[in-house]
Amino acid sequence: MSQSTPARVFLKGNEAVCYGAIEAGCRYYFGYPITPQSEIPALMSSELPKHGGQFLQAESEVASINMLLGASACGARAMTSSSSPGISLKQEGISYLAGSELPGLIVNISRSGPGLGGIDASQADYFQAVKGGGHGDYRMIVLAPHSVQEMYDLTMHAFDLSDRYRMPAMLLGDSLVGQMKEAIELRPRPEVELPAKDWIVTGKGERSEQRIVKSLFLGDGELEAHNRHLQAKAEALRANEVMAEEVALDDAELVLVAFGAAARIAKTAVRMARETGLKVGMLRPITLFPFPERHLARLAETARRFLCIELNTGQMVEDVRLAVNGRREVHFYGRPPGTGSLPTPEELYEQIRESY
Amino acid sequence: MTMQTVFERPKSLKDVPSHFCPGCHHGLIHRLVAQNLDRLGLQQQTIGVASVGCSVFLYAYLDVDVIESPHGRAPAVATGAKRVQSDKFVFTYQGDGDLAAIGTSEIIHAANRGEAFSVLFVNNTTYGMTGGQMAPTTLLGQESATSPGGRSAERDGHPIRMAELLAQLDGVAYSTRVAVDNPQHVRQADKAIEKAFRLQRDEGRFAFVEILSTCPTNWGMDPRQANARVAEEMIPCFPLGTFKDTQSQEGNQ
Repeated sequence: MSQSTPARVFLKGNEAVCYGAIEAGCRYYFGYPITPQSEIPALMSSELPKHGGQFLQAESEVASINMLLGASACGARAMTSSSSPGISLKQEGISYLAGSELPGLIVNISRSGPGLGGIDASQADYFQAVKGGGHGDYRMIVLAPHSVQEMYDLTMHAFDLSDRYRMPAMLLGDSLVGQMKEAIELRPRPEVELPAKDWIVTGKGERSEQRIVKSLFLGDGELEAHNRHLQAKAEALRANEVMAEEVALDDAELVLVAFGAAARIAKTAVRMARETGLKVGMLRPITLFPFPERHLARLAETARRFLCIELNTGQMVEDVRLAVNGRREVHFYGRPPGTGSLPTPEELYEQIRESY
Repeated sequence: MTMQTVFERPKSLKDVPSHFCPGCHHGLIHRLVAQNLDRLGLQQQTIGVASVGCSVFLYAYLDVDVIESPHGRAPAVATGAKRVQSDKFVFTYQGDGDLAAIGTSEIIHAANRGEAFSVLFVNNTTYGMTGGQMAPTTLLGQESATSPGGRSAERDGHPIRMAELLAQLDGVAYSTRVAVDNPQHVRQADKAIEKAFRLQRDEGRFAFVEILSTCPTNWGMDPRQANARVAEEMIPCFPLGTFKDTQSQEGNQ
């Protein structure tokens, strides 16, 4: 970060993603236009060349994720961004990234669906992001920012996780966190030690052994071993990389579970509930994969009930129920995304009273 | 008496048994690629991009770094690779189902951008690995697993001529079609690949070499019949020749 950069700047969430990516050393962006993520390609097209990087507008989402694949195989920190229908098109490439153990950042400023849907704040792509929208038995790192600061910080973190585990990472936002403006600190990239990229293709150069980046394994037992290796990495993520915010949980009898934009609204509702004497707290998963299942299992020992709030008709709630494992009731309140369907804090407060 | 080596395996070609079917041209084309990498001193700086189909096994035979691409996406993968490793030599190796059907968007736009890599397009008028289905290059009347009774223009459309199509694009420096069914054609194919590789190495230009090839297994022919079919049936539909050559003054003699 240069000296002239102000400590605090007023940015849109989508712009914060760009500055986070550039600060993290990302020098290659490949993408295709779609609302509501348009600020990202626009800013990257003007900023990346200033940093010796390249912006390339691809002919399709399919091409852009495969350009990322090629850039990543050659050792670059690279990213693409899109929104739901475009992310659907990238699923083939995401599966190949996972199978070939290639890092890379995919930003989904998601919109509502199914189909063309609309452009409003939506969490309808939780399943697609977390359960693997592409084919094969893979997992992907999924981070869910709920503020502009987190759009910046988690973009940098996503690159580090992605490199460390050689696994694609997704930043899952929506039009609310992407379009709103907040004052944030452009913090310098955290210093982390990452494994050397001793697997990238560069041309053999001085090497005598060729390097191959691939996901096809036809030998007897080869593919099973490869999948077990992929799952071991997923296990390591579950053990070491879970992030969640805890809000007023110490004596909470009712625990709200919400991520991203829904968590912002729910936070206000929790405060309203506390002001009226209700013992309500909230767990906000920041990593959707790995999911904070142990946090929830621990909370299930003390809380009476859970209330999961999402901007969809019930997706993350399935993971909450698995973590709670039948020990407590898990209620759900969600609004299918669309124009005029963002819940208000008062609306969530009413749900809290009903579930309490 | 001094012995002189007049023929040997190119350094870039691995000393391994081939798994390709008898009479398949992939092995021959691999050799042409390898000897041109040797000739131009490119082996240690090459990044190959393998595609989906029989062509995927490129890395089993060529001793260079390779990225395996999803079906049809090799030109997009190569775009990302070349943009990052711009001083390296990058080529894709794709079949007709891969390049001329599912990958038409990627090849057209990479060519149109004039990406600085070379494309080798192996056209055998069928999907080899999946069992001989109709390809966009399948000839009219040609029987395939999915065109029983033969390809029909009314139902299936006409065979697509990629070398002519790509020659229309401003980003393309060289677009040519060759065959490897006889020694003269093999020598011409060798020259075409060399020219394409030189255009990238020396000028950073996009070049496209379509190579007519056999698939005896899926054509239901023995190797000799299959080889004869190239001249008798394929070349009349896919004429050999150069459709674009921005260097035509000094080249192509």
